[in-house]
Amino acid sequence: MQSPSQNPSDTELRALVDQFAGLEGPLLPMLHALQDTYGYIPQEAHAPITQALNITRAELHGVISFYHDFRNEPAGRHVLKICRAEACRSVGGADIADSLLKKLGLDWHGTTANGAVTVEPVYCLGLCACAPAAMIDDSVVGRLDAAKLDRLLDEAGA
Amino acid sequence: MKIFVPMDSAAKALGAEKVVAALRDAAPGAEIVRTGSRGMIWLEPLVEIEIDGIRHGYGPAEPEDVPAILDGTSGKAVGAVENLDWMKRQTRLTFARVGVVDPLSLADYMTHGGLAGLRRALSMSGQDIVDEVKASGLRGRGGAGFPTGIKWQTVHDAQPAQKYIVCNADEGDSGTFADRMVMEGDPFTLIEGMIIAGLGVGASKGYVYLRSEYPDAIAVMTRAVQIAQAEGMLGDNILGSGKSFDMEIRKGAGAYVCGEETSLLNSLEGKRGVVRAKPPLPALEGFLGKPTVVNNVISLATVPVIFEKGAQYYADYGLGKSRGTVTLQIAGNVARGGLFETAFGISLGDVVNDLAGGTLSGHPVKAVQVGGPLGAYMPPSKFDTPLGYEEFDQQGGLIGHAGLTVFDDTTDMLGMARFAMEFCAVESCGKCTPCRIGAVRGVETIDRIAEGDADALPLLADLCETMKDGSLCALGGFTPFPVMSAVTHFPDDFARQKEAAE
Repeated sequence: MQSPSQNPSDTELRALVDQFAGLEGPLLPMLHALQDTYGYIPQEAHAPITQALNITRAELHGVISFYHDFRNEPAGRHVLKICRAEACRSVGGADIADSLLKKLGLDWHGTTANGAVTVEPVYCLGLCACAPAAMIDDSVVGRLDAAKLDRLLDEAGA
Repeated sequence: MKIFVPMDSAAKALGAEKVVAALRDAAPGAEIVRTGSRGMIWLEPLVEIEIDGIRHGYGPAEPEDVPAILDGTSGKAVGAVENLDWMKRQTRLTFARVGVVDPLSLADYMTHGGLAGLRRALSMSGQDIVDEVKASGLRGRGGAGFPTGIKWQTVHDAQPAQKYIVCNADEGDSGTFADRMVMEGDPFTLIEGMIIAGLGVGASKGYVYLRSEYPDAIAVMTRAVQIAQAEGMLGDNILGSGKSFDMEIRKGAGAYVCGEETSLLNSLEGKRGVVRAKPPLPALEGFLGKPTVVNNVISLATVPVIFEKGAQYYADYGLGKSRGTVTLQIAGNVARGGLFETAFGISLGDVVNDLAGGTLSGHPVKAVQVGGPLGAYMPPSKFDTPLGYEEFDQQGGLIGHAGLTVFDDTTDMLGMARFAMEFCAVESCGKCTPCRIGAVRGVETIDRIAEGDADALPLLADLCETMKDGSLCALGGFTPFPVMSAVTHFPDDFARQKEAAE
């Protein structure tokens, strides 16, 4: 996970947005690039995007808010995604997730007080034959149990 | 010494990277080839050591097993991988190379039959290509089972010069991972299939819409496209033929509904992933309003073998109108989970009890959800149903993407029905009222049933009817399948709650 830089400059944002302006359907690649760079979609990026694509601020807001991936604020230093879907439920995934949230005193989408970990629900990681599954940042974990989860959280500094 | 270790994300999730590090330390001189997964996920990470051209497997491997694996004394030995029952019983057409080859070696790909189909297609007319796909009987493997050749014909016949091939790699259904495995294990076959589709219908540009939950698949596909471009497989002069086709990988953003083809197209265009009404069909007005083939990963990845071996070869497998092979994904509470490619026609019970070896927990099987979160829960009394599109339809189920999620007898089916509604509420795109609001009301109604309110049961049935009839796409339209199948086949789970409350 990238550490969000303080105040992205307008020039920097426009340069980033412009890289994608020539694509067919450029908005999602733009938003992903912004989030990869800053950890979220900075408010300051809205004007450069709407101008580059000739769309309204409302349209842009509509797109950002539609997708679970995009954030308006930075997440914790690590993002832990725990699968809530059927295959993981069939082997106790829901209980593992519930105990974790209880232990951390968080609800879904919450971040630990020290800013180390944000816990998100995810609906399927394609690891359904080695469920329950989770993903910390871009690294996948199968056959999740309480001990493995504790180790992950330790490593993440939660 | 040549050692093979999967880089499939299931193998990684079970510790493959640590095993590879241990192998590198213990055998610095050995050549370690990273492959896709053979599909025997209960054996992952499965280390294979090649001796006299035969690959011997060891799994599930842990770093501490490495010394014994290297000197051949490990208790985790499973024998020659090709001779394992799981492998021998399969008909691996789409997955022939997965787990065998280095996914990012075009040379390896060609040694194992890759590009033979494309070379043949390059010598054919667009209409001949479409006819070949029709003759194979291939039906869309994404879930709907629509004949692929008919879809291609519509796009082929459309007037506009600019057409597109869009690969639906938004594999969001729980219990499915075949798309992921083929993209991570044999990406060139998908690229080859998309090129053939482009040649068939007259499209010069393709997109793979790949879900963001699959970072490993995104990395492999992106690299494979770069290699294909550099090697002249993609671009303005495909394999020196003078014909052109190019493609890009696009990343989704976590919306389940974008697996529905029209909302996928909206998302690809940079809009909210809201479902479009059909007509117009995407085949006529798809991406950016142009004629577009939208096919699932497995459908497109199966095209090369059809052209390599001929349509008839493929059509000779199967049952009734379900031709060829089905890539079963056996998941959930099973002793042996993974990918098993076989001709259509195998019974559900054979898959669950024989192949999968029953449940992981050792408890009796209570239900199998076939076809993902929108598929029906099938009780053991329906286990003699053969896997075929029409055969499942007659039993009130659907094959979908051929994912099977097994549940044991500790499962509370009311809880599963509630989750189906909750999931629909979270993921609804919001266009159709019965889905957007009905799913929320569905959760509330099931909570009433859980509290012992028997009057809520007919209300739930009525709500499900409304959702079925009044939703544009399968999210709102099919959520009633898991819900009502749970109510119908497991009434005790819905009544027991009532007694408890009284």
